[in-house]
Amino acid sequence: MDPLSTLWETFFDWDSMRAALPEMLTVGLPNTLILAVSAALLGSVLGMLLAIAGISRTRWLRWPARVYTDVFRGLPAAATILLIGVGLAPLGMQVWGPNPYPLGILALSLIAAAYIGEIFRSGIQSVEAAQLEGARALGFSWGEAMRLVIIPQGIRRVLPAWVNQLIALIKDSSLVYFLGLVASQRELFRIGQDYAATTGNESALLLAGLFYLTLTVPLTHVVNWIDRRLRHGRPATAPVGDSDDLDPVLPDPRGGTPR
Amino acid sequence: MTIDTRTPVSLSVRDVHLSFGANRVLRGVDLDVARGATACVIGPSGSGKSTLLRTINRLIEPDRGDVLLDGRSVLRDDPDALRQRVGMVFQQFNLFPHMSVLRNITLALRRLRKLGEDEAVAVARTHLELVGLSAKADARPAHLSGGQQQRVAIARALALQPQVMLFDEATSALDPELVKGVLKLMAELSAGGMTMVVVTHEMGFAREVADTVAFMDHGVVIEVGAPGAIFEQARHPRLRRFLSQVL
Repeated sequence: MDPLSTLWETFFDWDSMRAALPEMLTVGLPNTLILAVSAALLGSVLGMLLAIAGISRTRWLRWPARVYTDVFRGLPAAATILLIGVGLAPLGMQVWGPNPYPLGILALSLIAAAYIGEIFRSGIQSVEAAQLEGARALGFSWGEAMRLVIIPQGIRRVLPAWVNQLIALIKDSSLVYFLGLVASQRELFRIGQDYAATTGNESALLLAGLFYLTLTVPLTHVVNWIDRRLRHGRPATAPVGDSDDLDPVLPDPRGGTPR
Repeated sequence: MTIDTRTPVSLSVRDVHLSFGANRVLRGVDLDVARGATACVIGPSGSGKSTLLRTINRLIEPDRGDVLLDGRSVLRDDPDALRQRVGMVFQQFNLFPHMSVLRNITLALRRLRKLGEDEAVAVARTHLELVGLSAKADARPAHLSGGQQQRVAIARALALQPQVMLFDEATSALDPELVKGVLKLMAELSAGGMTMVVVTHEMGFAREVADTVAFMDHGVVIEVGAPGAIFEQARHPRLRRFLSQVL
């Protein structure tokens, strides 16, 4: 058999794919989404707390945030998932019973938070100090100014980077299989791997890969679209009666707005 | 056009000192602005004019000295509440770019003044009309010219009905052809009886509009007086030298 045919049969065996498809759809996809969405939410909340701690004037907040970020960014994701999933398993057993999901989600969230915290921090710090001064001059407290003016601008500036991290999270969700999942808990990758192991054909893994792509590629484009919308806002209305002033600096608001 | 203001107050700055490390930025500044009067602060760059404004609304806390509104010290007041009484307009406008012009104005009305949405929008629209920018309510600041942005910034500050307005080189970042509209608005505000402190390099404005002109250099007010006295009969050699360079 020539190598090309072997390659084709190894990865593009439609029967193998058809066999794996129902389980991928009904078990793998929901589990991957549960893991990724839960970890994205928790990781983003923790990341925002880390970002705020990271820019705090208090070293007792800044330093722990720094150490946390260095540790969780520095460890391999698989090692962190194993350390937390296995290390905290006795504790998890008491709280959630024999379900590795909560610890898997926790581990993914803790890893994501380290990266998302840095993304948010860089976004917040990129907002000009004059914005804070402008908000404070109106009478907003530091907290209100941050919440209403600075953080929303900072997050908008790093939306694409944040989504990159969410994409990484979707892919990293496959690592929870280290924790030992029962059949109904398997995510996309694990199901693909199981089919590959039992049939000796990799097509189910390729199918799992296609599922990942259908999740991640549209996400990138959706966020780029949102990013463009947020950046440009609504088009300017036609000038009326501004005889003592000139009109827009940007004649075409869709043509690329400087921040 | 006359702009109605909430009851204006008098402003006094008494012996205000401020240092950033070894750099003594303010070295005992005194300034009095009568109720409804306009004081222009002039002087070379780095003389402490902008810092003085920031000590008045306590964006920067002075090391010592006092700031009084209607004779009462404000240094023990809640600084956020004080800033709602003392509006400020900046050289770079400091509008919030992620919000529409209208929301730039309603944000503080809703969150700080606790107005309902409809009332806040009505107040904001009234003030946008005041500065001639009703048509721009839904635009983002980036879609406006510099002069229009500065007028929105003034409307945003006025919407909170301040008792004192501070202007920090409000026209310095504008192209020359946009300066006129902003200065006209400031002059109207002054004529309307607002108590104002205006840091400016626009000597024509200071001469025409100010009740008092204060010349600052190296963190102190060196000479203060009516515009005529400052511009025509300057006593201090440093002021004379400054005026000879800028006029």
